Amino acid sequence: MSIGVTLQLETDVLIIGGGMAAGWAAIAAAQGGARVIIADKGYMGTSGVTAMGGPNHWWIGPDKARREEAIARQSEKAQGLGDPEWMARILDLTWRTLPSLAPHYPFGSDGAGGTYYSGVRGSEYMRAMRLAALEAGVTVLDHHPALELLRDDEGRVAGARGHALRARQDWEIRSHATILATGGNAFRSGLIGSHTNTGDGQLMAAEAGVALSGMEFGPSWSISPAWASTRTLPYTGAVYYDADGRELDIPPSRAAGHAHHRALGHAMLAGPVMADLSHAPEALRPILRHIQPFTPAPFERRGIDLFRDRFPVKLFGEGTIRGTGGLDLADDECRTSAPGLFAIGDAATRELVAGASSGGGAVNSAWALSSGRIAGTAAARESLARKGASAPVHGLGRIAIAPHQADRAIDAAAIHRAVDHEIHGYAHVFTRDEASYAASGERLAAIWGELSAHGRARGAALVSLRETAALVAGARWTIAAARGRKESRGLHQRADHPEATGPTHRQLVSGLDTIRINTQQAEFA
Amino acid sequence: MIAQILADKCNNCAQCVNVCPTFVLDDGPHVPVVARLDACQTCYMCELYCDQDAIYVAPDQFAVEPGADPLPHLGVIRRDHGWDRPGEAGHLDEYRKLGPLLGAGVEIAARRYQAQRRSV
Repeated sequence: MSIGVTLQLETDVLIIGGGMAAGWAAIAAAQGGARVIIADKGYMGTSGVTAMGGPNHWWIGPDKARREEAIARQSEKAQGLGDPEWMARILDLTWRTLPSLAPHYPFGSDGAGGTYYSGVRGSEYMRAMRLAALEAGVTVLDHHPALELLRDDEGRVAGARGHALRARQDWEIRSHATILATGGNAFRSGLIGSHTNTGDGQLMAAEAGVALSGMEFGPSWSISPAWASTRTLPYTGAVYYDADGRELDIPPSRAAGHAHHRALGHAMLAGPVMADLSHAPEALRPILRHIQPFTPAPFERRGIDLFRDRFPVKLFGEGTIRGTGGLDLADDECRTSAPGLFAIGDAATRELVAGASSGGGAVNSAWALSSGRIAGTAAARESLARKGASAPVHGLGRIAIAPHQADRAIDAAAIHRAVDHEIHGYAHVFTRDEASYAASGERLAAIWGELSAHGRARGAALVSLRETAALVAGARWTIAAARGRKESRGLHQRADHPEATGPTHRQLVSGLDTIRINTQQAEFA
Repeated sequence: MIAQILADKCNNCAQCVNVCPTFVLDDGPHVPVVARLDACQTCYMCELYCDQDAIYVAPDQFAVEPGADPLPHLGVIRRDHGWDRPGEAGHLDEYRKLGPLLGAGVEIAARRYQAQRRSV
């Protein structure tokens, strides 16, 4: 990596990732007087799951009683693992901040003479975030994936190295504060917009010694046509049939949750499952394309009337995007345990606001916005206080960069299939028990061992191989954390421990070659 | 996956090369080149950002599909978004209905399931 570095930059705040959390962090840091660089693996505006989505934000006006009621409801969903103080902060920050995007985002009507703020369409939202960041003076580097963090001789994270895909050159950016906003890990499930969500930030932070929390709360799933993941708006009223036209007994999603997905997954093991949307709300049909213009395309381009014709469906795993797991935070300004390194959005744990329930949806969006604002403000302050400081640095990346044995070709496609099987295999993921977790963990450990010993690449090939490593690491943390929590709670459901038995504890998972589990009593239970 | 960049419509502005989140395209002499199709996630962003309506993304995200006629579909996603309209044009006025319509679908499924349970 160190040879052939041709692009060298220096900044106050480096943000790795270009989704909504990155955007809000960048704007906040720039407003705090810092020079800010965003280095995104894709293109800031289209990359990540938000651009294809439609994030609704947790949205309660500044009425004390209504906010307390919302926090109480969310705390109940969080099942003893949420932090009401964090919830109050993100409610307040989201309410005050989101409307500031109005110069760049065409907020629609609320139907009552006012403006509808809480739900935004992803493609316009991310276009607006890019424009707002550029207007604030942020430097945006597209197609600049980061590969490893840098640490200086004082022990602080001091920037990152990566590869510029279009220019085909390595880069090194020195910074006084670094924010990981690389999103969650979708384990290459094919979930809409998630191809870049391979958990790169979690891998880089783990190499800096940072632990993760909440990794056991998943998986979550979204249903879509078998040939294309879409948003799920039209499917909530679906009726499901087998290939012979017999209606399947699928408990509805709201009441059943886990049982809904288990029934669908097991039916899909037996053969194609067909969805019938003819019961979908009448009001939806004429306006679907105006709400979600991407959703009709996969049907129209196949000549299918989605509200009349039956079509095969598949469950797309949502990984840690709708799970809650991510990098553990050491303080209320989104610092990690590694000095100089912050984590925000889906790269960070959502356990603080989602607890054991899904981090997906409105609470998660409010978290992304708020954690971005909080970390951006703190990183600007911290970096400006350190202006001028400069110590020698070294790269922290090891996997695929510095293998400890001879180089050997790595079959990345086979590894991706193996990760897919362990995380998404319908035959075992809905009925997990100790033996099943142990077997998954052993298979993934063997893959990690091979990668760790022999994997090495450079340039764009290194970007891909690091993604592969991050997928495996994320899968191992997920399995280890789920195995460690010997109960069922929220999204974490085990066949051998079907009840929430407590005590209510948080679980940290850490390490790469050897994975460790630590538990701590939740302070908010 | 991205299937066609129509040479008679493309002005080679390379906006699609810029905006592709998974870096599928390279610059080309006349039109951009699909260089890494295996990285295409079928997100339609290249279509949305193409102001010449010169790109057709085929709907299957797992396999290459032969032979569809792209013409009826060119620019539809872009027009449905109102992508080029000014901010005050009201094209997101229906957006507030997303949440209630999601909920209505969930209710329909729950009621129907309940009714069937009772009739068994």
